[in-house]
Amino acid sequence: MIQLQHVCKTYGEGENAHHALRNVNLTINDGDVFGIIGASGAGKSTLVRCLNLLERPTEGAILYDGRDITGLSGRALLELRSQVGMIFQNFSLFQQRTVLRNVTFPLELRGEKGEAARKRAMELLELVGLADLAERYPSQLSGGQQQRVAIARALANNPKVMLCDEATSALDTRTTASILQLLQDINRELGVTLVVITHSLPVACKICNRVAVIDHGRIVEEGATAAVFGNPQSPVTRELLANDDMLAAIERDAEKGQEG
Amino acid sequence: MDYISNFISQYGALFAQGTVDTLVMTLASTLFAYLIGVPLGVLLVITAKDGLKPQRALNTVLGWIVNIGRSIPFIILLVAIIPFTRLVVGTSLGVPGAIVPLTVAAIPFVGRMVEQSLAEVDGGLVEAAQSFGANTWQIVCKVMLRESLPSLVRGASITVITLFGYTAMAGAVGAGGIGDIAIRYGYQRYLGDVMIASIVLCIVLVQVFQSIGDLVARLVDKRVRRS
Repeated sequence: MIQLQHVCKTYGEGENAHHALRNVNLTINDGDVFGIIGASGAGKSTLVRCLNLLERPTEGAILYDGRDITGLSGRALLELRSQVGMIFQNFSLFQQRTVLRNVTFPLELRGEKGEAARKRAMELLELVGLADLAERYPSQLSGGQQQRVAIARALANNPKVMLCDEATSALDTRTTASILQLLQDINRELGVTLVVITHSLPVACKICNRVAVIDHGRIVEEGATAAVFGNPQSPVTRELLANDDMLAAIERDAEKGQEG
Repeated sequence: MDYISNFISQYGALFAQGTVDTLVMTLASTLFAYLIGVPLGVLLVITAKDGLKPQRALNTVLGWIVNIGRSIPFIILLVAIIPFTRLVVGTSLGVPGAIVPLTVAAIPFVGRMVEQSLAEVDGGLVEAAQSFGANTWQIVCKVMLRESLPSLVRGASITVITLFGYTAMAGAVGAGGIGDIAIRYGYQRYLGDVMIASIVLCIVLVQVFQSIGDLVARLVDKRVRRS
C-alpha cells in the first residue's frame, strides 16, 4: 500500500514559486490499477516522480506499507527505486544496447550478470511477446514493440509497483489497446500495482479500477473509476469529460470524412 | 618519372621518419589527453547546475581552467611551459619534448569535446537509469559514455586532426615531423617540391584520420539511420 500524506512540491521561492503539488493525499492499495488524470501541467508527472523520489516532495510524507520513504538517501534510496518499475512516454530505451541488454540493465546495476540475468530477461521478453527480437536494437523496433521492451525492463527486478508515465501517449489506438491489455495482464497475473499517469480518459476507463483527478497540483476528485466518470462531482472532471466527448466527435467526423 | 624516383631516393627516408614522428606525436598526445580529458568532461557535465551532482564552485573553477587553457595560443603554450616539459620528460626537444605541450594543450579541448558529447545524451535515458536505482558512477559509465560513444569517436577524430596541425608548430621548435621538414627544407632552403610534398602528405594523412574516425563511429553506432 502506498500512502501520500500532505505532499507538496514547490519549485523556486517567494514570488516566483511554482506549486506543482499542493497538499496531495492519496492511498493506493496493493493490486490497484490507479489512474492519475489531468491536463498537461496539472502536476501528474511531478506526482508520479515523487513516488520513486526522482523528485523529492518539499513537504509531506510518502509511505510504502507504512514506512516513510521521503527521507531515504544513498543505498536505501537506490534499493527503493530498484523495487519500483517505471515506464515512460518515449520508452527511454538505451539505443546502443540490444533489446536483451536493455532488459538486463536493472539486473546489471545490482551486479547480476551472465547466464542467470540472461535467462531472467528472456523470460520477461517471452512474457511481452518479443523473445525473437532479443538481439535487435531499439531503433529497429516499432513504438509498440519498444514499449513492450520497456515494460520487460521495468519488471526485471520483480517490482511490486510499476509507474506508467503517459505510457501509451506516443502510440496509435490499436497499439495502445494492446499495451493496455499487457499492463492489465501484468497487474492480474503478477499482482503488480500499477500507477497510471494519463491525460486520456479512455485509457483510464479501460484499465484503472480507481482514479484521481489532478488540477493545478490539487487532487480535485478521487474514487472508483465508474463512480468518478459516471457521476463527476468536480467541474474539472466534467470539463475533462466534455473535452473528451468533443474529441471523440471530431474523430468520428474525421473518419466519416475519410470514408466519404 | 625520373624526377619522382629521384625525389623519393633523396627525401624518402626523411619523409618516412617525419611521418613516423608526426604520427607518434599526434596519437600519443591524443591518448594522454583523453586519459585526463574524459574525466574532466564527465566532471564538467555532472557538476553542472542541472547535472547529476551539482557542485557550483567546482564547476566554475573547472570551467575557468578549461577556458584559460583554450585561450593560450599553442605556439605560446609550447615555449611557456618548457620548464614543465623538462621536468616531465627531461627534455624540451624532439618527439618527447613535443608530446608534453601537445597533451597539455589538448586536455581542455578534449574536456569540452567530451562535455558536449555527454550533454547530447537524452535526459530521459538518465532518468530511466535513475528510476532503476543506478548510482552516479553507473549512469556515467553505462549510460552517458556508452550512449554517446559514436559522438565521442567523432570528437576524437576532430581532436586528432587538430593535434596533427599543432605538431607542425612543435616542429618549428625542434620536435621533428612533417611540419619540421616543410619549414627547414621547404621554407628555409627554398625547396618548393619538398614544400608541396609536405602539404600533399598532410592532406592525405588528415583524410585517413577522418575516414578512420567516420568508419569507427559508424561501427559503434547501433542506431538505424532511417532516410
